[in-house]
Amino acid sequence: MTNAVSFKQVSRHFGSVRAVDAVDLDIGEGEFFAMLGPSGSGKTTCLRLIAGFEQPTSGHIEIFGQQAEGVPPYRRNVNTVFQDYALFPHLNVLDNVSYGLMVKGVGKAERHRDAEAALELVKLPGYGSRRPSQLSGGQRQRVALARALVNKPKVLLLDEPLGALDLKLRENMQEELKSLQKSLGITFVFVTHDQGEALSMANRVAVFDQGKIMQIGSPEDIYQRPNSRFVADFVGSSNVLPPDFVAKHGGERRWASLRPEAVRIVDGEAGALDAIVVSRSYLGGTTRLSLDVDGQRINALVPAGHPLPEEGALIRIGFTPRDLHLMDGAQ
Amino acid sequence: MRSDLARASLSLKVAAAAGLLFLHVPILLIFVYAFTTEEKSYQWPPPGFTTQWLAVTWNRPDVWQALGLSVQVAAISTAIALVLGTLCAAAISGSRFFGREAISLLVILPIALPGIITGISLRSAFSLMEIPFSMWTIILGHATFCVVVVYNNAVARFRRVSGSLVEASMDLGANSFQTFRYCILPNIGTALVAGGMLAFALSFDEVIVTTFTAGQQQTLPIWMLEELVRPRQRPVTNVVAMVVVLVTLLPILAAYYLTRDGDQVAGSGK
Repeated sequence: MTNAVSFKQVSRHFGSVRAVDAVDLDIGEGEFFAMLGPSGSGKTTCLRLIAGFEQPTSGHIEIFGQQAEGVPPYRRNVNTVFQDYALFPHLNVLDNVSYGLMVKGVGKAERHRDAEAALELVKLPGYGSRRPSQLSGGQRQRVALARALVNKPKVLLLDEPLGALDLKLRENMQEELKSLQKSLGITFVFVTHDQGEALSMANRVAVFDQGKIMQIGSPEDIYQRPNSRFVADFVGSSNVLPPDFVAKHGGERRWASLRPEAVRIVDGEAGALDAIVVSRSYLGGTTRLSLDVDGQRINALVPAGHPLPEEGALIRIGFTPRDLHLMDGAQ
Repeated sequence: MRSDLARASLSLKVAAAAGLLFLHVPILLIFVYAFTTEEKSYQWPPPGFTTQWLAVTWNRPDVWQALGLSVQVAAISTAIALVLGTLCAAAISGSRFFGREAISLLVILPIALPGIITGISLRSAFSLMEIPFSMWTIILGHATFCVVVVYNNAVARFRRVSGSLVEASMDLGANSFQTFRYCILPNIGTALVAGGMLAFALSFDEVIVTTFTAGQQQTLPIWMLEELVRPRQRPVTNVVAMVVVLVTLLPILAAYYLTRDGDQVAGSGK
């Protein structure tokens, strides 16, 4: 089967800056794919390479099996939801949504009907006559979504789609985007720096750092089996343990990650470690303890309802060896 | 304390009134002398009033010739300025490149330079290149500062048409021409109209650059200068002056109102 998007050794350099550096990437048809990474990691440039706003310095890009280099954005069957929505201020909502159909020469009656249907899809029926300036941030985002979807793209690109929304709205939109993607069956590629968002929405996640993909996998893979200190630290806020510490506590002499929820408070069990509680942070459903174990800082999550040790208290902690995830080739 | 500051003293009011009168009474005098019965010198008070000079002006072919040339020059240099000024503004605001600030400065320079410098340099350049003086050399001279006016208006508006709007348009399938037609032009249109009107008005009453770049042709302001030294039918000049005031004032007022409304339209989107 053909991939929706395929990168082969794609690089995009800006002068001496390697924004994207020899990236190999396959995104399958119908996937909900997340590009996750800190700002400046190259994820947005990758998105712009797919959209056609950037051309690769070297390498090869295919969209549904067709070569994409040199093809301008307006001849790609790909649409983008921009971070700042980029709604046309001089057009009302209906004309914004039907813009793509208008430039393709679709008649007025037909394109307005399609635009109405798209507005219905994003739960904004009857908003057609308003100006973008009269809408709230969440509504503008929905209009931007409708404006892209009305063109029936094969790939929908979303650049930090939820970044400008408040928490409640963001959670709603996450659910809506997921069900929308499922019902339409369109390949969604979205860029985010929010690991929670990437893990909860995507089928597959690529973690970017310094222009390279550090790891690609399902959210479970990325979260539970990070392959590097960077991924462990960025995605899971996992405890990253140095080789010496791991060797001392029953592992190989390698870097390892340990998820904070795998750390348990125990009473005199074998294999338990002495730890001093440095600080406590109440997170609602859980409380995070910051512990000092032999000079190594380890975070532990204690579910609500369990007894909490005081700050400065000496406690004993344990974890099962299989929770200790050894990382391959960790630098 | 506050009311002291807010309320101007009597002397300040008188001074302000005097300043305004000083600026505007001479213009009124021009209007008054357009209707005087005395044709050889500007005598005050006018011995009598007549409207005969309107008819005399109407029947003078040299007035029509000068007016026609001025309108042509202003229209063509404004058209040139609209195209070049818009393109230049798009380039300066749309991309970053080496020497961008320098080019921006060089574009604005002609309006900062004294007209006499522009005039002399153009004149020597024209004769160096052996270009005969004609209407087209006048147009070239005027276009140098008309471009700046259009550029200045357009560049301010281009800054507000964010780059992602152009990308959004292309993303939705519009090619470069369609993007300009449906996305950029509606957002910068009023700025272009305003810039064009200002350019037209500037060109219409320009004297200095015209003096240096014209051959035998007389634009309206040049014709007026020449007319002042003649002893007969002086009020004809005043009638023409009155027309010039109206012709240049109206576009400037219109440009002012257009950009004011345009600000509200363009600003409301963000």
